[in-house]
Amino acid sequence: MNEEIQTLLEQYEFDKTRLMDILWDVQNQHDYISEEAVVAIATGLDMSGDDVRETLSFYHFFKDRPFGKHKIYLCNTVIAKMKGYYEVRAALEQETNTSFGHVDDTGTFGLGDANCIGLSDQEPAMMVDHVVFTNLTPEKVSTIIGQLKQGKSAQEIVNPGGADSKDIAYVNAIVDENIRTESKVMFKANRDYKAILLSCLDKLPEQIITTITDANLRGRGGAGFPTGLKWRLGREAEGAEKYVICNADEGEPGTFKDRVLLSHSPKDVLLGMIMAAHAIGSRNGIIYLRAEYWYLKDYLQQQIQEFRDDGLLGKQILGTNFEFDIRIQMGAGAYVCGDETALIESCEGKRGTPRVKPPYPIQQGYLGMPTSVNNVETLAIASRIIEEGSAWFTAMGTNESTGTRLLSVSGDCDKPGIYEIEWGTTLNEVLSMIGAENAKYVQISGPAGDSLSVAKDGDREFCYSDLSCNGSLMVFDHTRDILNVVRDYAEFFVEESCGICVPCRAGGVDLLDKMERVIGGRACQQDLDEVTSWSKLLKGTSRCGLGTAAPNSILATLDKFPEIYKAKLVEPHGPLLPSFDEEEVISEYELAYKHLVKEDV
Amino acid sequence: MTVKITIDGQEVNARAGDNIVDVAAQNGVYIPTLCYTRGKPCLGTCRTCSVKVNGSVMAACTIPVREGMEIDVNGDEITDMRKALVELLFAEGNHNCPSCEKSGRCELQATGYEVKMMVSRFPYRFTPHPVDHASRSIWLERDRCIFCQRCVDFVRDKETNQKIFSINGRGTYARIEIDVELANKMPADQVREAAELCPVGCIIDKTQGYDVPIGKRKFEVKSIRERALGGGHR
Repeated sequence: MNEEIQTLLEQYEFDKTRLMDILWDVQNQHDYISEEAVVAIATGLDMSGDDVRETLSFYHFFKDRPFGKHKIYLCNTVIAKMKGYYEVRAALEQETNTSFGHVDDTGTFGLGDANCIGLSDQEPAMMVDHVVFTNLTPEKVSTIIGQLKQGKSAQEIVNPGGADSKDIAYVNAIVDENIRTESKVMFKANRDYKAILLSCLDKLPEQIITTITDANLRGRGGAGFPTGLKWRLGREAEGAEKYVICNADEGEPGTFKDRVLLSHSPKDVLLGMIMAAHAIGSRNGIIYLRAEYWYLKDYLQQQIQEFRDDGLLGKQILGTNFEFDIRIQMGAGAYVCGDETALIESCEGKRGTPRVKPPYPIQQGYLGMPTSVNNVETLAIASRIIEEGSAWFTAMGTNESTGTRLLSVSGDCDKPGIYEIEWGTTLNEVLSMIGAENAKYVQISGPAGDSLSVAKDGDREFCYSDLSCNGSLMVFDHTRDILNVVRDYAEFFVEESCGICVPCRAGGVDLLDKMERVIGGRACQQDLDEVTSWSKLLKGTSRCGLGTAAPNSILATLDKFPEIYKAKLVEPHGPLLPSFDEEEVISEYELAYKHLVKEDV
Repeated sequence: MTVKITIDGQEVNARAGDNIVDVAAQNGVYIPTLCYTRGKPCLGTCRTCSVKVNGSVMAACTIPVREGMEIDVNGDEITDMRKALVELLFAEGNHNCPSCEKSGRCELQATGYEVKMMVSRFPYRFTPHPVDHASRSIWLERDRCIFCQRCVDFVRDKETNQKIFSINGRGTYARIEIDVELANKMPADQVREAAELCPVGCIIDKTQGYDVPIGKRKFEVKSIRERALGGGHR
């Protein structure tokens, strides 16, 4: 083991900022990261063992003990639960002869839960050893597990045609794209990347920035920060190196548009990165790809290689003095890494803990250098704006929210999938487009976003000043239990909190408890008042967007559907809260008395 | 460069770039902190120094002052938020002050008094946290850890600069860890410093115990507020 780790560390030049890759390499080779491996890595990198474990223990998919030859993670989002999750879960437990959170007796299968894996339009879905299986049924599970037991690999089962993992055929064998609209900005076919980049490099960085600024492009990750301004700040920032990072850690439950962009139009994204690099003056780029999208890794690597072969990446790009290259950084399962500073920490091999801001990444980001972190969709759009000009782009959308945005649509509708809408489209228009006639409640921008009542919000527009959706759109019809959905979201934030600050770490648990109290019929008005007040604390004092967004769906559904909460409330009798269970409290006393007193006598 | 800001309506001059906690203290306004200590890099973990800056809630230790900032420290709403954060820490851990070695020297306890906390509004969890007593001179009482990360960031092995304390797991399942081998190499004064640095009674120096009588302990002699404001001589 020691020798092998030594060789591995040599490959990474004993660079501790590459700890994520090192841990992945060890786990991929040995199924898990043993104590022996941790010690060897720590010694080699001159870190304490606990320091290595800090990173290891932070990420959902790193395992420090055996978790089966085949690691199976079933997605447990509300959308999955609407589409047959429970039956699939039971089938998995039966077929593998183990239960969730455990490994079977033969050490073959480990069963675990996963939050959204970016397949909400084809749930139930599960990850098995770096590939995914979609539209699961108990029968399908039985077949897959049967084949794994016969010694077939997950790759062989999901890709029976044997397509090369570098090829789009491989990706298409695994997942569906479900692009439902005609191309406006995204997904344009047959682009001449070389010609577009040549004309871009002909222009000064300032001109590129001006074009993006004139187009009024705003970040599509959710925060909506003006991209032109970010690049200008990056240009002006001083640093021996500068970095461009593509945020492909698409973790917001319900969104999967970045997955589709990366498989359908990967070079749009790469081109956007090159243009960003030209604009700010960077030589190195990173695509931070979430581990849930591992099956895109070889394919993306191949796309990067093709750009290198064609002279669009590497040294002296297209005969100029401009130099830029891209590496892929794999994540390992942490929603919070969607925060740009947490993502940078992760790229540096550390826990995905959001940094204190200021300084912002554009001033001091990756390795302390100015870093432009942009969303996948933002970069793809930027490449189109540079190609077509800002006027072409601003002709779409509204004055204030220009262009289009991709929606990842899932839930109760006829046609889940990817929709490109112009900003300014109303909720009702979207609902009719996707075939959601019976919709009652729509959650946009994921659990961190806003809860809409179709009756009350149907005429509202998608735009930055109203519904500034980050791309996730989950539809729930009249048969769904909204309180259960919200409870699920509250639990999601508890699971994904990094734990660095107390309001999010502890307050999130209190909000989940309150939701359970409401659903269990043990809450009174005081509980709801406390929910509102504690939510304000989380929103105000949390360190990053995860904590500030955690109460959103509770607050919004309280506002939009107060009747469903009220219907669950009970009146307190006497001074005790209805949630106070006298018998339960006394039961432990009885137990203690029995053990400590009676038996001694 | 000097900038003008207002703290609770009072106009004051400050050096641009200094953080709000320090500037407020220089002007006699106390803002409680549990992770931040003057002269050390800001950690921004406890959020107990939350104030309103131009109407938005922010952790004061993380924000450098800028010209024209209007800072609300002692308004009712923000005062209650700071109190709530301290209460949340008390509810999350298991803090039994009367039986704690750190009592009277504990920053959390002292801050509890300063924010006028009587009882936590949040339900107490009573989560068991295993003690780690494997190291020769440090007793790690995890019940009391508030994840300030002072020890993680500021206590390093003298020879290798490796981390002696670290965090394992994440979110509500996170816990503080101690590297026993490195801890056993710590000289006595470093152990004492680590125990002092810990704002609660989580890092306990096994060789010291109840060395100072009750009534003469740190915050019983001079309150945490007086100390934060520079000795209380203002």
